[in-house]
Amino acid sequence: MASSILASARAEPAPPSRARRTRGLAIAGAVFVALMIVTALAAPLVAPADPIRQSLRGRLAAPTLSGADGKAHLLGTDHLGRDVFSRVIYGARVSLLVGFAAVVVGGLVGQLAFPFILLAIGIIAVLGPSFPTLIVVIGLSGWVTYARVLRSQVLVLRSREFVDAIHALGGSVARVIARHVLPNVLSSLVVIATLELARAIVLEATLSFLGLGVQPPTPSWGGMVHEGREYLDSAWWISTAPGIVLMLTSIVVSRTGDWLRDLLDPTLRGE
Amino acid sequence: MRGLLPFLASRLLRAAIALWLVSTVVFVVMRLSGDPVPLLLPSDAPASEFARVRAELGLDRSLPVQYAVFLGHVMHGDFGQSLHFRQPAIRVVADYLPATFELGLAAFALALLVALPIGIVSAVKRNSVLDQATMGLALVGQSAPTFFIGILLILIVSLNLGLLPTSGREGWQSLVLPALTLGAFAMASIARLTRSAVLEVLRADYIRTARAKGVTEALVVVKHTLKNAAVPIVTITGLQFGTLLGGAVVTETVFAWPGIGRLAIQSIYNRDYPVVQCTVFISAVLFIVINFVIDLIYGLLDPRVRSG
Repeated sequence: MASSILASARAEPAPPSRARRTRGLAIAGAVFVALMIVTALAAPLVAPADPIRQSLRGRLAAPTLSGADGKAHLLGTDHLGRDVFSRVIYGARVSLLVGFAAVVVGGLVGQLAFPFILLAIGIIAVLGPSFPTLIVVIGLSGWVTYARVLRSQVLVLRSREFVDAIHALGGSVARVIARHVLPNVLSSLVVIATLELARAIVLEATLSFLGLGVQPPTPSWGGMVHEGREYLDSAWWISTAPGIVLMLTSIVVSRTGDWLRDLLDPTLRGE
Repeated sequence: MRGLLPFLASRLLRAAIALWLVSTVVFVVMRLSGDPVPLLLPSDAPASEFARVRAELGLDRSLPVQYAVFLGHVMHGDFGQSLHFRQPAIRVVADYLPATFELGLAAFALALLVALPIGIVSAVKRNSVLDQATMGLALVGQSAPTFFIGILLILIVSLNLGLLPTSGREGWQSLVLPALTLGAFAMASIARLTRSAVLEVLRADYIRTARAKGVTEALVVVKHTLKNAAVPIVTITGLQFGTLLGGAVVTETVFAWPGIGRLAIQSIYNRDYPVVQCTVFISAVLFIVINFVIDLIYGLLDPRVRSG
């Protein structure tokens, strides 16, 4: 949500030991994200089974190392006998692709406070769910955050003496923007983009969960949680496996964003 | 510093512009959705019948005229007939609205009741086990997707422990899990902000003076700190109330709660566009009104805001 930056706690200055721990956590976070990206890219190599292939005899198998078909199903199988572990791996592709692309779109467009998810639902309802629609809608929903933070920063920069000095020396507005404003806001941009990535991933999963995002049989984490809902009582792993991976990804990415903020731009803290 | 009246006027103007923008977007999306007439008539209806319905709906007029007519209708709350319920869309939405209000208020009350004590205690007992545990949990609550929190609660509380119903709207028992799910994000955010706001105040000179005077620690917290920490807490609380509306769509779908969020999703599946548009518009109105009221309260509490 856009208010997550606002909501972030204004923590007290960290003691050195705590700072070291934060850095350790941040590195672990970065490794986790990198692992996710590699997994997503190399999904066909990593996944033990075809994520779409169904097997009626192997339906709703609990997590096992030697299933009815003689294969291991680390996270069990779903109601159509598909391997949940492989589907979680392929789901990473969808989530990360939509997430990253949406961040780029949001950054390119980047002032009105409004729960964009409602509008997103309306637009997708009419245009039909497809990858491009999804990316554009999620991307557009994030531009408010960029606009709000960048506006306040540029307002501050604009009133600084060095900007007056450049004008006095005959420097153009374009020059001020390109050479002085942009480099100064770059770090904030990186921080917001990271925090927005977590938001975009969660929004994609939410829309897919509602049936308005990535359509079956393409595996996406949100869609998988939705499919497993009816089997919560008998086959809990179908919903929980992708859900937990989604939750971990979201937490790790936004924590990495928080850490980047503390490192690059402490002024963004609790705006 | 500006007075209250110009502040009020500027906020009113802003709210009006937002409403106009939302209705324009609704209009554009409606036009993009294509011709609604085939949805209304049997496919073997004669061409003259198609033309008659088109004229009846005003679809034969030019776009600017249609836009003007549409704005007029919106101002009267007329979004057309629901294709599924066979009654005015606004009536359908009005029928489903109370359930959403009930859920929203319960979620909000629950969030405040849990978050404020936790935030205050965490700040006072800073770096204690309790502080670290609750703040860790709050971080998870802020980044976990709402729908998955709901699924986990159903799995653990309803299915494994058998304590509360999984869905529906019967009695207070069925309200607990949806309210907890919907309130989780707000709860986490309010707890974290309360903690940092209280910490900030506890560092102030006047707190040190109070302590030096020999005021008891309990009195320092209750009398001197909370009052001064209130402004940021009220702001974030207000912001959270607005985002609850968005979360209602997901929560109501997970728990089959008969509110406007679930109505919106079902209407999409039913291709009942008048109801979808009406829901989006009414939600936007609610959101804008809530924000307007919060701005006003904030302006009254803290005169510095008015100049901003």
